[in-house]
Amino acid sequence: MSGEETTEDVEEIDGVDDAETPSSVSHGQNVLHPTRENLLEVIGNLRTEGFAVCIDLTAVDYLENPKRDLPTTVKPERFEVVINLLSHTKRERIRLRVQIPEDEPTLPTLFDIYPGSEALEREVYDLFGIHFEGHPDMTRILMPEDWEGYPLRKDYAVGEIPVQFKEAPGS
Amino acid sequence: MSQETEISTPQDVEIETAERVYRRGEDSAILRLSESQVQSYRPEDDRRMVINMGPQHPSTHGVLRLSLEMEGETVLRSKPIIGYLHTGMEKTGEQLSFLQGPTNVTRMDYSSPLFSELAFSLATEKLLDLEIPERATWIRMLMCELNRMSSHLLFQATNGMDIGAVGAMIYGWREREEVLRLFEKITGLRMNHNYIRPGGVAADLPDGWRDDTLQILENLPDRLDDFDSLFTGQPIWHERLQGVGVINATECLALGITGPLLRSTGYAWDLRKDIPYLRYEEVDFDVLVGSYGDCFDRFAIRLNEIRESMRIVRQILEKMPEGDYRIQDKKVTPPPRVRIDESMEALIHHFKIFTEGFKVPAGEIYVAVESPRGELGCYMVSDGGPKPYRMHIRGPSFTNLQVLPHMLQDCLVADAVAVISTVDPIMGEVDR
Amino acid sequence: MPKLPMLGDTSNISENGLAGLDHNFLTGKIEDLVKWSRTRSMWPATFGLACCALEMMATGAAHYDLSRWGMEVFRASPRQADLMIVAGRVSQKMAPVLRQVYDQMMEPKWVISMGVCASSGGMFNNYALVQGVDQIVPVDVYAPGCPPGPETLMHAILQLHEKVENGEITRRRHEMGGGAGIMVEQRDGQTASKVIIGKRE
Repeated sequence: MSGEETTEDVEEIDGVDDAETPSSVSHGQNVLHPTRENLLEVIGNLRTEGFAVCIDLTAVDYLENPKRDLPTTVKPERFEVVINLLSHTKRERIRLRVQIPEDEPTLPTLFDIYPGSEALEREVYDLFGIHFEGHPDMTRILMPEDWEGYPLRKDYAVGEIPVQFKEAPGS
Repeated sequence: MSQETEISTPQDVEIETAERVYRRGEDSAILRLSESQVQSYRPEDDRRMVINMGPQHPSTHGVLRLSLEMEGETVLRSKPIIGYLHTGMEKTGEQLSFLQGPTNVTRMDYSSPLFSELAFSLATEKLLDLEIPERATWIRMLMCELNRMSSHLLFQATNGMDIGAVGAMIYGWREREEVLRLFEKITGLRMNHNYIRPGGVAADLPDGWRDDTLQILENLPDRLDDFDSLFTGQPIWHERLQGVGVINATECLALGITGPLLRSTGYAWDLRKDIPYLRYEEVDFDVLVGSYGDCFDRFAIRLNEIRESMRIVRQILEKMPEGDYRIQDKKVTPPPRVRIDESMEALIHHFKIFTEGFKVPAGEIYVAVESPRGELGCYMVSDGGPKPYRMHIRGPSFTNLQVLPHMLQDCLVADAVAVISTVDPIMGEVDR
Repeated sequence: MPKLPMLGDTSNISENGLAGLDHNFLTGKIEDLVKWSRTRSMWPATFGLACCALEMMATGAAHYDLSRWGMEVFRASPRQADLMIVAGRVSQKMAPVLRQVYDQMMEPKWVISMGVCASSGGMFNNYALVQGVDQIVPVDVYAPGCPPGPETLMHAILQLHEKVENGEITRRRHEMGGGAGIMVEQRDGQTASKVIIGKRE
């Protein structure tokens, strides 16, 4: 359900020019779709509007689901970084979905606006390989430092070992 | 105590500076070196050294590793190094169907597993646009509040032991066993219950649940007063916890901290009151805030949140409605086991739901609940299939751990142990 | 080593300790005493990793009490511990740490793999976990469950005590070429309440 009916509410909240940032509504939640270039500007505007907390920063790899629901003006790419912001004064959340192309997976860091995104961005780098420019410590956080590959990408195998049930040894 | 919304708005909080959390260089509290660099790092000043604490350490609350740059006994900079419990649960979540999802997410925050199950189930139900029966919602609330009690009791036990009161371990676990016994009666398991599933709950409350819950509510207040007399008024507790690990509200907001950590700074933000979910607007409870943002406030808030949860449970006991414990939508919930013998249709539905799984329409959603550690969120993307396309759990302990270097600055090593234990991280949800 | 009076052929002491002696009535009794005392205060090392750690702590707490067998002192230093209860899932990053702690323990040492994640990788058959801690350390007892309740853990510990006391453990270790590999069954869920699976509509 990504109807465009209530985008006026979204505009009123954040005052961002709709021509630059398409917005949509997903199951009653407001979503903005900035580009990588105007991301910091949009976030700065949202911050002054009262979205003081960056709750979550994660990413999705749309390799196997390229035709997802997006506003028509947004060009879908392989990766999408999803940023969740929360405004305590308005008791509202807003979500930003930024498209990241596969051949150049970089994005400016949010550290200078929300220092709490430091660990979240490191996790996205570790699991997806999306590099955040200007991050103070862009290293792996969950996997060992010399691990190769980005586990949460869709082309990275789960790593299952085939299990064959056999009689317990010694029994 | 804030029930009126006026007090809880942020304008009333004195704006203190959060400048130190924005620092990047050597003046920051975070020792930003990679693990291999830390091995060979030699501070210029002879008196400083980098000490490694963990991951196998009795006081790090699980497998948390800390690099501490110390001068004598004082910690200057530090860095939490995590990943020692990384289980690939988000990848596993993409391999399991929506019905199996709660078994996976429940093992993330293993001290309060029902909250993770709740976040997952609420996200799935929102994507499905399902309306859950009243009784199921109230049962969920009951189980979550009981889980909050058992998690905070675990905190009392481990916190006490870290400070040195080994008896706290015994007392805290004794009360926790009562709650776990009730959980075993209701859900079948003491931990990692897989009880709250998309569509409702797994089974109805058994006979006699009211008496058992009332028994807990009768026994617990006296024992919590025991905790008060043993810990809260004690000079040792005051010396070790007051004024240690101080953080202010602005820093917490900049770092994305939620839960008792944020409330200890005086900022009253609790998702149950401010963005209510389930039926929290129909029960009466207070949001507890501290004044100083130190370890003692966090300890006291968690102790009193047990009392508030008991208050909520008492109200739930009175208000529990009759009805279904799960939605009767045949596409989502499996039929009762009794009917499988009788009806072919029921058998087919059961088979399809448990082998293939029910399909959830494409979309994406973010749902958050207030777990004992803070805001626990679930970001779910579905592509129309029977398994989540992407399932991300926003673990509160992951972001809360970022406050650790700032709190540990200029603390003694013994204080470091106290600070870590009052942050109360659960490494399962940090590393996932 | 020469054949000594009273002790007989002593060439196997360095490999098998006391068990390598040809026992006569005196050394046999001493060895029984040693095995008895080993089981009576087998101190565990703190190796609680994940959810199973909470159940391990519950077993050490007042309700299910480990101090009946002298085991409530969980030693933080591996040098002082005899038993390593691997409680929880072992990730790729943690595996070298596990091996290092195991190596630092002094002989005689035993390992209980508590829970399914430690025994075999559990429900997480993926890139991130070591599929069974027996790939890293030799395991003597496997305790199943997710998590195994305190009763199962106590059953595993008592099995270990029994096997150590009657010498079975050295025989099994020799046979398996590593850990003893005793598997116990899950013994939880002793509630008396009736479970309602579903009402007829």
